[in-house]
Amino acid sequence: MRSLLSLFFSLLLLTGSAVALEQSPDALVQQVTDDVLNIVRQDKDIQSGDTAKALKLVETKVLPYFDFRRMTALAVGRNWSKATPEQQQRLAEEFKNLLVRTYSNALTSFKDQSVSYRPSTFAAGATDVIVKTEVVQPGSQSIPLNYALEKQGREWKVYDVIVSGVSLVTNYRGSFAREVSNKGIDGLIQMLGNRNTQLANANK
Amino acid sequence: MKPTFPRRLTACACAVTILAASGCATVDQDPADPFEGFNRAMFAVNEGLDKVAIKPVAQGYDAVTPLPVKVAVGNFFGNIWDSWTAINNLLQGKGADALSDVGRVLINSTIGIGGVFDVAGEMGLVKHTEEFGQTLGTWGVPNGPYFYWPIIGPRTTRDTFGWLVDTYYDPVWRVDDVALRNSLVALRYTDIRAGYLAADKVVEEAAFDKYSYIRDAYLQNRRSLIFDGVDSPPPPLSPDH
Repeated sequence: MRSLLSLFFSLLLLTGSAVALEQSPDALVQQVTDDVLNIVRQDKDIQSGDTAKALKLVETKVLPYFDFRRMTALAVGRNWSKATPEQQQRLAEEFKNLLVRTYSNALTSFKDQSVSYRPSTFAAGATDVIVKTEVVQPGSQSIPLNYALEKQGREWKVYDVIVSGVSLVTNYRGSFAREVSNKGIDGLIQMLGNRNTQLANANK
Repeated sequence: MKPTFPRRLTACACAVTILAASGCATVDQDPADPFEGFNRAMFAVNEGLDKVAIKPVAQGYDAVTPLPVKVAVGNFFGNIWDSWTAINNLLQGKGADALSDVGRVLINSTIGIGGVFDVAGEMGLVKHTEEFGQTLGTWGVPNGPYFYWPIIGPRTTRDTFGWLVDTYYDPVWRVDDVALRNSLVALRYTDIRAGYLAADKVVEEAAFDKYSYIRDAYLQNRRSLIFDGVDSPPPPLSPDH
């Protein structure tokens, strides 16, 4: 469960400004991570728990590199194909807000850690890869933090974040499936929406 | 005295079964978690204990302890565990890792002043952490039913046995001076708990059902540890891809 510690650092780490289109996926992850960490290390507000500021950082720098529709489909599992296109869109929107919000909060507790990059080798022409990194914490074993990326056109998009072997996306499968079987797709949309409202109010 | 142990065990198993049966009726059954009713009850107990006693102590420790001291504490207990990691790596047939772990213990216990400094890590001997549950897993022993125990938290049946063996070996539990031993155990537990403080809030916000969120994460994490991360295939493709 030590893994949970770095759940937070996952979404947060993927940040970056102008990244060249034909960049390799590992170079993309590294550049975005370095950019975000540099900002966090210099920003006293984020370090002292300014969630709104962290949220903004994630939204502007990290979001563009994530495929939330695919992430949501993975989390919802079999029921995804039963949802109407409109329901799918709402699910993806709510799930995105939830992930962004929870992990922006986590960014505020990033202080003594650093990230190292493990060598990744990809088959030529691969369009679905795992990029491996590690969160290094003084005094304890480093935590593997891996990103699953898919090539879409000329761009790479992250569709899963795996911390110590735990997929932040598929870990929701059980609770999402239970909600759908109890209250249907709309019930799941409502559950996500309620949580987001609650978190937004709590952080005001 | 011999006959009493199995009888007690039977009584215990019965109690567990009854608790489990009474609690399971309303929840969707996860095949990995047949005793969900019992486990949820224990989870609630642990959450209560944590809230009133364990977490406040960990927060206090975290607030007053400067980073270098925390690092030293983590290194100290890590060095003690490294010897057990070496044995388990050997049992798992990972000779090179075992050798590196032995090197870590030798270097850190001497040049690293009793393990307080991770000199070996600076020299490039990477830290591993292995315990007996992982060794059993590598040998092909299946998880068995999932349990949530008071104090020690989540463990599969296999890893519960692994934990018993770990504890039996654990040099900290073998310290003769009871007061010193208890202080060391308490310090290590507090240090580990303090390491999770940042995670707390995130899990609290991210999870819709904290019990099952932690269970599912635990099971995924164990699988990954046993296969040393090499067997974590990308998740299955979503229906629309």
